[in-house]
Amino acid sequence: MHLALFLIFGLLCIGGALNLLLQRHPINSALSLIVVMSSLSVLYLLLGAEFLALAQIIVYSGAIMVLFVFVIMLLNAGEEQRTHGSRAAYLAGIPGVLALFAVLASTFFTLRTNLGSARLGSFLVSTGDLSRVLFRNLLLPFEVTSVLILVAILGAVVLAGKEQ
Amino acid sequence: MCAQRNVRQSGNETDVNILIFVLLSLLKVVVVTVIFLTAVAYTVLLERKLVGRIQNRWGPSRVGPFGLLQPLADGLKLFLKEDLMPDAVERPLFILAPIIALSCALISIGVIPFGENIRWHGVDMFQIADLNIGLLVILGVTSIGVYGIALSGWSSNNKYSLLGSLRSTAQMISYELALGLSVIGVVLRTGSLRLRDIVNVQNTHGMLSWNVFGGLQLIAFFIYLTAAFAETNRTPFDLPEAESELTAGYHTEYSSMKFAMFFMAEYANMITVGCVATLLFLGGWSSPFGHLLPAFGGPIVQALLPVLWFVGKVFCFLFLYVWVRGTLPRFRYDQLMGFGWKFLLPVAIANVMATSLVLAFHG
Repeated sequence: MHLALFLIFGLLCIGGALNLLLQRHPINSALSLIVVMSSLSVLYLLLGAEFLALAQIIVYSGAIMVLFVFVIMLLNAGEEQRTHGSRAAYLAGIPGVLALFAVLASTFFTLRTNLGSARLGSFLVSTGDLSRVLFRNLLLPFEVTSVLILVAILGAVVLAGKEQ
Repeated sequence: MCAQRNVRQSGNETDVNILIFVLLSLLKVVVVTVIFLTAVAYTVLLERKLVGRIQNRWGPSRVGPFGLLQPLADGLKLFLKEDLMPDAVERPLFILAPIIALSCALISIGVIPFGENIRWHGVDMFQIADLNIGLLVILGVTSIGVYGIALSGWSSNNKYSLLGSLRSTAQMISYELALGLSVIGVVLRTGSLRLRDIVNVQNTHGMLSWNVFGGLQLIAFFIYLTAAFAETNRTPFDLPEAESELTAGYHTEYSSMKFAMFFMAEYANMITVGCVATLLFLGGWSSPFGHLLPAFGGPIVQALLPVLWFVGKVFCFLFLYVWVRGTLPRFRYDQLMGFGWKFLLPVAIANVMATSLVLAFHG
């Protein structure tokens, strides 16, 4: 059951990612990215990370991608044109992606004993456990990240303010 | 596997037959969906009747006694109408948009508990799925529902639709923040995202321990209500479909069942918002009189009474929705954005800080 769900949503995730690259219209690409994000969240759910799964949906699929779609609609972006640059990207990109995939796969395979592993659907991390780790053991990185995001927001406001 | 997981979560069951579990779950889904869709249809009638009375006229009164069969006639009309497909639309997305809108509106009802945790053959009878993160599921599904409206406007290839969906998207993103922050106070008080836990915290002393009174979440309740009105695109925040400016907004190009799906999604969202507000702030299915009311009738009456309390509270919300629609004029767009970002959001943050401080020192 869990394996079937994993296979379905894993394949959906890869299919969405491929479709994201192959589609020429930005809206279709954005929608494929939403499919990727949502199927990733199902994979998180299968690993027992409930809170992470829903945070993925709310933050990525629900907020960030809505903004993507919003901007594409606002700019009324049309279909992209294929240029020589994009052909070069094809030629260099596909071997590059394959090489990266091979490196990552071999690294994970060799280090699999040190990394630890999770069985599909075998454990449930409660939101309480997650927040205890986040706010006690990892408090400093967490706060530094939020300050980083705050700086990014301030930067955006400053840049937008200069236009007027 | 599902059954096993369910058993482990509930903790008090020893053996659940998987066949019975699947059958009863299917039965629950069918019953809840049918009741929910009927409620959606009759909410439309309630709105037409009440707005009629507010505007000093009768409202629908010809079909059936008191116009009670009007939703049936409306549904039949929408079903039999010709389904027009405009030439210049982006076909797949045009069809997908109402499906997204309606399915997102229907999914959230699946995690809402309607009554006490009463088990029959080991299956919870008054809730389809009891999730540890029920509240987040509702927020997540609502945030996905935005795509229905956004895509419908874009794929229609019509300037009014596009404007309507742009407005709606901007509005929903803005008010989602205030909505999310307003429920944090409740979650802080409960210490859980499970909807049953949230209700169980509130049913000790009747009305006095509801979050809106005893939990001191009155401000959060106001924020939730306002943001929810905006999220469901209802008056006074119905700019996405402002008739006088945008003909019909995002669903201008839709006809027949596709239009009906948007229409049903709007009313289904109203009901869901009412259910969530009831669960979070008004003590869910718990009686307002607490244990003052003597336990009468048999076990069946005692099992169904909480459901009646729940339905009554949700009905009050629907009444409020219609009342507000009949009373308040529409906001201007800049007022809407200013209200959301400059008033609701800071007040919601202040409420979260105040609640956490109080809980840290007295909780």
